[in-house]
Amino acid sequence: MTSSKSNSPTFQDLILRLQTFWAERGCVLQQPYDVEVGAGTMAPETFLRVLGPKPYKVGYVQPSRRPADGRYGENPNRLYKHMQLQVILKPPPDDVQDLYLESLGAMGIDLRQHDIKFEEDNWESPTLGAWGIGWQVMLDGLEITQFTYFQQCGGVDLEPISAELTYGLERIAAFLQDVDSIYDIVWARDPETGSVTTYGDVRLADELQFSVYNFEAADIEKTWRHFELCEAECKALLERYAAVSKDRTGDGIAPARKRFPLLAAYDLCLKCSHLFNILDARGAISVTERVGVIARVRALAVGIAKAWVDQQKSGVISDEDKQEEEKPTAKRLKTEKVSAIS
Amino acid sequence: MGIPAAQVDVTEQITGPAMNVAFIDGQPTPAAHAFAKKSGVGVSQLERVTTSKGEYLSAKVTKKGRGAAEILAESLPKEIASIYWPQNMYWRKRGEVFVRPVRWLVAMLDEEVIPLEVFGIKAGNRSRGHRILANRDISIPRAGEPYVSALRDAKVLSRGAREQQIREALDAATRTIPGARWREDKNLLDTVVNLTEFPFAVLGGFDPDFLGLPEEVLVTVMRDHQKYFAVEDANHKLQPHFLAVLNTDGDPQGIIRHGHERVLRARFNDARFFWEADQKHSLRERVTWLKHVTFQKDLGSYYEKTRRVQRVCSWLAERIRDSGIAIRPGVLHKAACLSKTDLTTELVKEFTELQGIVGGLYARVQILDYDLKEDVRQAIATAIYDHYKPESMEDPVPRTTEGALLSIADKADSIAGMFALGLQPTGSKDPFALRRQANGIVKIIAETKLPLNLTQLFEYAREAYRGSAAEKKFSASVDYAEAVRSFFRERLEFYLRDVLGFKYDVVNAVLVAGADDVVDALARAEAVTQVRPSEDFESISAAFKRIKNILRQASETQKQVAASIDSNLLREQAERDLAAAIPQIAKKVEELRGGRRYQQALLEISRLRPAVDTFFDKVMVMVDDQHLRANRLALLQTLLKEFSTIADFSAIVTEKEKVQ
Repeated sequence: MTSSKSNSPTFQDLILRLQTFWAERGCVLQQPYDVEVGAGTMAPETFLRVLGPKPYKVGYVQPSRRPADGRYGENPNRLYKHMQLQVILKPPPDDVQDLYLESLGAMGIDLRQHDIKFEEDNWESPTLGAWGIGWQVMLDGLEITQFTYFQQCGGVDLEPISAELTYGLERIAAFLQDVDSIYDIVWARDPETGSVTTYGDVRLADELQFSVYNFEAADIEKTWRHFELCEAECKALLERYAAVSKDRTGDGIAPARKRFPLLAAYDLCLKCSHLFNILDARGAISVTERVGVIARVRALAVGIAKAWVDQQKSGVISDEDKQEEEKPTAKRLKTEKVSAIS
Repeated sequence: MGIPAAQVDVTEQITGPAMNVAFIDGQPTPAAHAFAKKSGVGVSQLERVTTSKGEYLSAKVTKKGRGAAEILAESLPKEIASIYWPQNMYWRKRGEVFVRPVRWLVAMLDEEVIPLEVFGIKAGNRSRGHRILANRDISIPRAGEPYVSALRDAKVLSRGAREQQIREALDAATRTIPGARWREDKNLLDTVVNLTEFPFAVLGGFDPDFLGLPEEVLVTVMRDHQKYFAVEDANHKLQPHFLAVLNTDGDPQGIIRHGHERVLRARFNDARFFWEADQKHSLRERVTWLKHVTFQKDLGSYYEKTRRVQRVCSWLAERIRDSGIAIRPGVLHKAACLSKTDLTTELVKEFTELQGIVGGLYARVQILDYDLKEDVRQAIATAIYDHYKPESMEDPVPRTTEGALLSIADKADSIAGMFALGLQPTGSKDPFALRRQANGIVKIIAETKLPLNLTQLFEYAREAYRGSAAEKKFSASVDYAEAVRSFFRERLEFYLRDVLGFKYDVVNAVLVAGADDVVDALARAEAVTQVRPSEDFESISAAFKRIKNILRQASETQKQVAASIDSNLLREQAERDLAAAIPQIAKKVEELRGGRRYQQALLEISRLRPAVDTFFDKVMVMVDDQHLRANRLALLQTLLKEFSTIADFSAIVTEKEKVQ
């Protein structure tokens, strides 16, 4: 192996390079969403922005929490919370696949010296009512990106569709730095002193403590109550929105729709999803309950997506408002999102 | 390439209006003009024909054959749109779907671009090279071989060339280790052939310590997760090496190899970690954990499934106890109890395709119960290990009777539950792979010769749900027994015809006579196939067809058939002879059939031929005398009924019919 650790990018360099690359290609650089999510897809910058006709390009890092994946910081390849760099291109440009390959170059990967494969890997999130068709991108046998042509989100067919590129940052950094443990990844290197801060220095404590919380300490009963409170509030908001949007007479209606806090409703839905994940990791959800609880979260997500589409039309009323949810035509979708580590 | 440049011109004579309408007083009428116009000729070119109905106007019309390019331009878009993809997508507008976005399109006939447009893309003569090795537009000079070589120059090989290049690269890489060879794997080869445009292979290594993990685990990680070929020595022993197929032209500095080794090391470390973590809890402890694993949302947990499968296993053990097939009910019971526990292990959660196998491997090294003898423990482990088998028609069936019965019980439980819910497979929809599972049951029974009756098996499998929460979800509108019966009849037909290669008419004939006992149906199909070429059998088949027709016509015209044969009404010698022959031969046939000596039984039946032939020569069945007729029909019906228990001969296609 000729690549040396010292000239490979640090974790933060990697993020900066990718962000710069996509900013130069017209993406808005967003910051991580500040509510717990299981994947970059769930951040409103993806979930809500892909709905409706308006073109949009955005990139952001999203720390993604998956309580059940925690390993107390003991497994070199698995994390409770990993970082995704998420790029949404709406609509996808014709050369999106080449653009993606260029972004690998920007990270410092010489494509001519590596083996890149696009392997069929379609994606579905039952909780979000979302699915898409695409590839997992393999770099020398390592899955580094999930590349998805989003088809449906919140049960709504997308027009236009979006391309979603989800980079697994820890995997890529470990690969570039040629380290076997995520915790050995160099996060930052002080340019003056050369002193190094590792991924472990930054994150090991929360891997340990959140594993303890999610597997042992979370109060099941209270977590359930949190869940139910968030769900109830979200539902109440959706019901109020339905009432507001139904009444389409009078002058005050358009502003009333426009200012309605659907974004807050979506935060509540995200909280439900995360609380469900904690309960699941805690072993508090029985077989029979599980399907039902997922369906409850899905109902919220789908309700919000529909309302959001309606709200975005801001006062323009047409038959499309009544557009029914369509069933996906695809079968046998894989239900897992890229998890950032091998 | 190999197609005509155009359709041939077609000339035909078409007939127009009658002469007396087309010409009046020698002058063409508007009817004549219209006909000439329609035919594309001048009035002066019209001809007259004389038919039996009189004189008519006629025209010779030449339809110009259309050019190949024109036809292709019209039909190709339709062909492209109708390609079937298990999953497809839209990217321009809803409803316009393909497997992935179409960015360019080459459509050529020799040197010409075929003018067509699909998904908003106009066809041209430009393609693209390998995305990394030759990322550029390339121009295609001509369809056929020049197309293939233009792509080859741009590092995109044809399928055949890729496969060859992969095989050569695998051979070359493996040769660097003395005595080693790569493990042939058809499916994996297909996968990598279709994952690459310009393939190459590198040999990598892993720490020999990992060879302490079961080979099944190592190979699964390599094959299913990394798409690597395993390397073995001359004795098929796994070597600490692997082969990765790349989509590039080389790895001179070993960078790619290093990357693949790194990934595999992480995967193997995970597997080892899971293996060790799993040993902290025995399979026995995990039985109750299954309460938390869903089998199917309406059918409850795997714990409940386990209990049902155990009951079906006990029933199966009872069934075959007297058949002379050796079975250890204790082994079967314990194996059934533990069969699903590996679903709670980390290793199976990670490598789901190893379900069953992992359970078997763990059972081999764990204490399953106190005072178990070693051979009993191994037998339990083997039954668990094998109980998902056969996964396909090529996959072998479980190695032991206990494994076979466990596999049958497990599959029967799934099929019974899903059918009772009304969720039987339809068309291409079969999410629980019930067809594959049913094929598995048929194959196991056929190959192990288990004396099992499918109807009873599925009655019992349904019975095992009695009183469960799942039962409340069962569909009231489904005729369970009938649905299962016709489903298995289809599966058995598939097995006999497509897997074993029996002729379709033999299969039909045999299954009409019974499709409940797989072993028996198979024996009958073999016997019918054996005797089928004989002349007597041909003749009997023809006669049975004739009998069936007569009886059908009788039924359609509401002719009565006597309840039994009245010997006083047998007037002719030929019918008396036949009536006498039936019970004699039937008795012998029954004896032979009882002993499953089907071939002899069929030969016995074909001895009816002279009596039947004479009967049809000398006796008229559909006579006016209704008593005589009803009696003769009864005679034929008896004949049909008595001798259709092995096969319905009327379903056999005779040589004569084939010629026609």
